[in-house]
Amino acid sequence: MERRAFLQIAGTAGAGLVIGFRIPDRRGVTPFAPNAWLQIEPTGAITVTIDKSEMGEGNHTALAMLVAEELDADWTKVKVGPLPENPKGWSRRMSTGGSTSVRTSWDILRKAGASARAMLVGAAAQTWGVDPGACRTESGVVTHATHRATYGELATKAATIAVPENPPLKDPKDFRLLGKRTHRLDTPSKVNGTAQFGIDVRLPGMLTASVERSPVFGGKVKSFDATRAKTLPGVRHVVQLESTPWTGVAGAWGVGTESGVAVVADTYWQAVQGRQALQITWDEGANATLGDIPARLAVLAGQSGVQARKDGDATAALAGAAKKIEAFYEVPFLHHATMEPMNCTAFAHADSCEVWAPTQNQTRAQEVAAEAAGVPVDKVRIHTTLLGGGFGRRLESDFVAEAVSISKAVNAPVKVIWSREDDMKHGFYRPATYNALTAGLDAQSKPVAWTHHIVAPPILLKFGPLQNGIDRTLIDGAANMPYAVPNVFVDQVAADLSVPLGFWRSVGASQNAFVVESFMDELAIAAGRDPYEFRRELLQEKPRHLRTLELAATKAGWGTPLPAGHGRGIAIAEWEPTTCAAVAEVSVAPDGTVRVHRVVCAVDCGPVVNPDTIEAQMQGGVVFGLSAALYGEITIENGRVKQSNFTDYPVLRIPEMPVVEVNIVPSTDALGGIGEPSVPPTAPAVCNAIYAATGKRVRRLPIGKVT
Amino acid sequence: MPTYTLLVNGRRRSVEAAANTPLLWVLRDSLGLTGTKFGCGIAQCGACTVHLGGEAVRSCVLPVTAVGTKPITTIEGLSPTSTHRAQKAWIAEDVPQCGYCQSGQIMAAAALLSRTPQPSDADIDAAMTNICRCGTYQRIRAAIHRAAKDGGA
Repeated sequence: MERRAFLQIAGTAGAGLVIGFRIPDRRGVTPFAPNAWLQIEPTGAITVTIDKSEMGEGNHTALAMLVAEELDADWTKVKVGPLPENPKGWSRRMSTGGSTSVRTSWDILRKAGASARAMLVGAAAQTWGVDPGACRTESGVVTHATHRATYGELATKAATIAVPENPPLKDPKDFRLLGKRTHRLDTPSKVNGTAQFGIDVRLPGMLTASVERSPVFGGKVKSFDATRAKTLPGVRHVVQLESTPWTGVAGAWGVGTESGVAVVADTYWQAVQGRQALQITWDEGANATLGDIPARLAVLAGQSGVQARKDGDATAALAGAAKKIEAFYEVPFLHHATMEPMNCTAFAHADSCEVWAPTQNQTRAQEVAAEAAGVPVDKVRIHTTLLGGGFGRRLESDFVAEAVSISKAVNAPVKVIWSREDDMKHGFYRPATYNALTAGLDAQSKPVAWTHHIVAPPILLKFGPLQNGIDRTLIDGAANMPYAVPNVFVDQVAADLSVPLGFWRSVGASQNAFVVESFMDELAIAAGRDPYEFRRELLQEKPRHLRTLELAATKAGWGTPLPAGHGRGIAIAEWEPTTCAAVAEVSVAPDGTVRVHRVVCAVDCGPVVNPDTIEAQMQGGVVFGLSAALYGEITIENGRVKQSNFTDYPVLRIPEMPVVEVNIVPSTDALGGIGEPSVPPTAPAVCNAIYAATGKRVRRLPIGKVT
Repeated sequence: MPTYTLLVNGRRRSVEAAANTPLLWVLRDSLGLTGTKFGCGIAQCGACTVHLGGEAVRSCVLPVTAVGTKPITTIEGLSPTSTHRAQKAWIAEDVPQCGYCQSGQIMAAAALLSRTPQPSDADIDAAMTNICRCGTYQRIRAAIHRAAKDGGA
């Protein structure tokens, strides 16, 4: 490996050690490109540059820990710098999703830390005239016999040391930081109001915009009258906006802005007043009658789908089964409802563009901004703020395109703030799906056949027409159903519905785990078996699943007595390669209100970086899953989203919060993510518990009242 | 536009705003106090919680005309050194995830603690109606109990 390509050093006298670390370009076009920087100042301050968005999942702290561990840094001196601002000049796509931040940075950042450590040791050894191999490092200090020097003292000299070709990484048993509960670096700023989210951006001369968008998906402004709006205090400009399709072309991610009219004013409230004074006539277009989607999906279930998995001959096995079970499961559209509504600040110039955005997808944001501004991609700078939640919504760049277009039209820096209603009605929704399932048990009550027929509108249309007619994200958790059943058939019918769709925390697994784990419960009941023992027997070939399931069941006291009226349910799901199991304890009031008392989860995510963050993410995922299971539903009527705010799209609040207990499976298996895995098993664990408590099977979400 | 004199975080501030402007937008846009957040605009989520005369209020629906002479405290003014016992407890429990709702959560918790120094779980359920989409509720509860135990300001 060519050293220069492997690691690039920029040392400036007195400025300390700056390491730009290079990894192979994933397209193989150029051999290496910068991936992360680690900067040690003569003061000893260490700044790590992370290329992932912090939206609550604690990845900035975890990624800094990877560097600090191999560097043997003084953790109190480590901070995270701003994200790179030119995604096009970065070695890999800058986007944050799929619970991949740590997994995709594990080797890179550890090597970055190890290289820096080796160079600091080299500088010390040279200074002292000793063998570098005999030097020790700990907490930002190099020592050898009676010699001692801090990293800050060594930083300038270290910049002149040859870059190690292949710095050795620690044996995990020698980890000092990784695996230990570590306070998050971003907590102090989040308790005193200084944390800067997208909505907090303030620039000299900045204006603020509020946009009235087509109420119907894909509708257009036919005409509008802004005469009165323009007379209101503070209103500076009124700008008409064009729509762009949410579906993509040839792999390019569709933007999905709605046609609308923006009112640009000195302050947000003035913009809102101006917007309310607009008179707009809409051409509602082809979607004006779109609605009754559950019925449409059910009708489409009559079609045969595209095969996603085929083991053996499920049809024949069903025909010969001693007992046949059949069920239909439905889930609704869901919205992300991040606490921070969509917003973006942009300043488009003739030949460049600046964007300040709470985005999960800097690479796409830069491309979209370039197109809207009419400038080359590398003339756009993306300044990533903190994100007030993401959950997949901020992988989209509609809010970026809109802000750039408005800024360009008014030739000023503009912050576009979406109201909660704007946010809820113009989202990219988790698909509604309809599922037909059949299973067969043999004479010994063992499952011999399993079929799962999925009808769903494809998310992947956002990249263009489907490949092979299937959306692989919507079979996750269904096609890889983990249980040992000899004959399995899973297929998918793609429904074209014109509803903008997006990636919602845990994507396809969010609904398929509910369907698969509920139906598996039905099989256990039909077989007259304990649902936990039934699953255990069928997971003997899946050790990671098995030990995760067993830990959750053991910690939950599976099989021990419960108060009268309470029921316990179990479920497991995989967010590859992480496995997560949940045991829920619920009761149902006489009026049908479901109360979730306790959720015990177990997670196997492989090596542990920060157990405190894993616990937080598991808790958060359970809450996210509970909100969806109990209440979450977006309905489409006349091409419009019916819901508007937290009044009609309720989410869990503290009085409904169950006790959530998190158990981490000790594991050296493949490193997995933690942001998503606890969402999928939550709904089925609760629904299976409802069955245990009441004998009523929930086959349609949200649960609502169980009557 | 009319001018209003507000007492914000112990300082007298003069602002020009339309009479129906919610306090939230006066704080954020006119005074640059962006620690108080916009979440729903209809007093449902509590991200905009500030103290008015020591009481927790939702500033997104409180017109500036309704403030009068009562002192306003925002997250920036809760403690000059960010060491209010709720803030310390929030750090000790590592409560925030995305953090967006936490200014409001802390202001709601601080008001609860000043009114009820040793809140029960039922008190917390009744007072803490703010939404956290990241689901930090268990740690919020733990942090309030911790702050109550620590006592002090």
